[in-house]
Amino acid sequence: MADLSAAYLGLSAALFAIGALGLIRRRNPLVMIMCVELMLNAVNLTFVTFGNMLNDAAGQAIVFFVLVVAAAEVVVGLGIIVALARRKPGLSADDMNVLRG
Amino acid sequence: MSSLAAVLAQAAPGLTAGPAAAAPTPTITVPDIEWTALLPILVLGLGAVLLLTLTSLARGTVTRSGYAIYTVLVATGAMATAAPLWGRVHAWDHLGKWELSPPYGPFSAVAGAIGVDGFSVFITLLIGVAVILGALLADDYLRREGIDGPEYYVLLLLSATGGVIMAMANDLIVLFLGLETLSIAVYVLAAIHLKRVQSQEAGLKYFVLGGFSSAFFLYGVAMVYGATGSTNLVQIKDLLAVKVPTHNALLLIGLGLMLVGLGFKVAAVPFHSWSPDVYDGAPSPVAAFMASGVKAAGFAGLTRAFLLGFGQFASDWQPVLYFLAAASMLVGAIVGITQTNVKRALAYSSINHAGFMLMALQAASPKGVTGLLFYLATYTFMTVGSFGIATLAGRTGDGHHDLADYRGFSRTNPALAGLFVLFLLGQSGFPLTSGFVAKFGSIAAAVDAGSWHLAVIGMVSAAISAFIYLRIIVAMYMAESDTEAAEKAPKAARIKVPFGAGLALVACALATIGFGILPNGLNRVAGEAEPVLVKEPVPAAASGADGAGLTGLDLTTIPTTPTTR
Repeated sequence: MADLSAAYLGLSAALFAIGALGLIRRRNPLVMIMCVELMLNAVNLTFVTFGNMLNDAAGQAIVFFVLVVAAAEVVVGLGIIVALARRKPGLSADDMNVLRG
Repeated sequence: MSSLAAVLAQAAPGLTAGPAAAAPTPTITVPDIEWTALLPILVLGLGAVLLLTLTSLARGTVTRSGYAIYTVLVATGAMATAAPLWGRVHAWDHLGKWELSPPYGPFSAVAGAIGVDGFSVFITLLIGVAVILGALLADDYLRREGIDGPEYYVLLLLSATGGVIMAMANDLIVLFLGLETLSIAVYVLAAIHLKRVQSQEAGLKYFVLGGFSSAFFLYGVAMVYGATGSTNLVQIKDLLAVKVPTHNALLLIGLGLMLVGLGFKVAAVPFHSWSPDVYDGAPSPVAAFMASGVKAAGFAGLTRAFLLGFGQFASDWQPVLYFLAAASMLVGAIVGITQTNVKRALAYSSINHAGFMLMALQAASPKGVTGLLFYLATYTFMTVGSFGIATLAGRTGDGHHDLADYRGFSRTNPALAGLFVLFLLGQSGFPLTSGFVAKFGSIAAAVDAGSWHLAVIGMVSAAISAFIYLRIIVAMYMAESDTEAAEKAPKAARIKVPFGAGLALVACALATIGFGILPNGLNRVAGEAEPVLVKEPVPAAASGADGAGLTGLDLTTIPTTPTTR
């Protein structure tokens, strides 16, 4: 079996870039949360790949912590979005103009 | 909770440490857990969970101010458990009546995931102070705004837990977990004012940019892991002392990404864009905590990761910090003077202060760390005091923060105006206030490190930023009030200062003057609070525990040479 490590690293870098670009470009708060998730999961793939290359289980173990953190982050993010959407249905990031900047 | 995470992360390499054939029955070595070292974290975390549990069981029976008093007690308890650690780190024989048990000196706990040294104890105490002040300010504020409840205090304690974990982290993953514990709680805190749409907007903005920066930080950790085969700062440092990757691009990319992530947290230019909006929209006591506690934790993370873990790479990250410091100081000062909203002006001034702290950090010297800690300690009191005045002056609705709202403030509220002048002068670095000594220490560290230009930029920016503060003082003392009613009957517009907030403001004022006139005590303590990386005490049972996790390094794609840089 060919060594696909470099390919995995490239894939995770691409996923991370897609997530980062999406976060900057997209205006829907839900999609923005999905982009953050995409970035975190790209990092997970990086950790697993490096762990495999280094023959070290720590890389895989770290993924569990990141998953839990990502889950907690989504819970909080969705809560904030729901609170905001109650006031402004059909919310987009462009509507967030109460605060200048 | 996160200590468990560290244990697992550390124990896991034991599974595959040796060559696969040599170890038919893999054993997990369970590390010794030094509970006394974890006590500040446990007190804060369990205190928060206990408060949440108790109040949900016994709803409506809490006396007035009960939550705030409880929070102050828990924070005091955490500080009291950290104090013996200070004695232990400095090899004291006894503390009061108690004998302190050996080993003396800084030590690592939980398989090297947690490092206890003067630095981490200092930051722990500082975060405890920020929690106490934050709780005192919020007590009356929450009742006034009709959002009273245990949530604010639970989240405050949880975020402080994360901050203390960051201050003690000796492992990049533990640092990440602390960062997230801190940040996730603060995202909610920023959005906690359900009656103001600005608050929720601030929460969402902080959340999106915070998640963005956390992902960058974590990607950086992954790169460092790939380059060195470990996330433990002690192991990384030991490894880099003997081997250096010939193509260290992976490591440098990792360091850069980590710096982006932490730069967001401390609001350094160019990663500062969120901070004026969030400070403006978030409830004023939350803004006070974000400017003090969160910033202290962010700088603790920066110091531990860069100064301790990657001290050998100082020549690589120093120029970057140099740029961040210069940009933060100038942008914070120049954009700050154009602001017409007091909370936004304070946010830009806090960016300016972050620049000064980065300047002390980029010196990468013991003197720089002393300057940084002194700056953090004095800045905590000045900024909490300033935002405390804004909390009271914001009045019901937390919306009166325009410069125009402060016109004639000295006639309607002479005492508050006087305190505000003190805090503002302190922030501008006026002599005989603590801000002067702090700025002096930071600039002196930069000069000692040979960063002459940065020191000059710092002094120029301090002069520019004085306008931010003078504008507010002029509005309070020299302008007529907008409303004639307030001008005719100043007493009617007087703000009743609640006990808790008054106590916090007086404490901040005393600290600002006290550390300005007699800075030697705090300076000495800050000087003794040096960060060190200590190798974990190796348990007797562990076989070849010395960097056992790093045996797989030969398999990495990066060729390593035994030459030192």
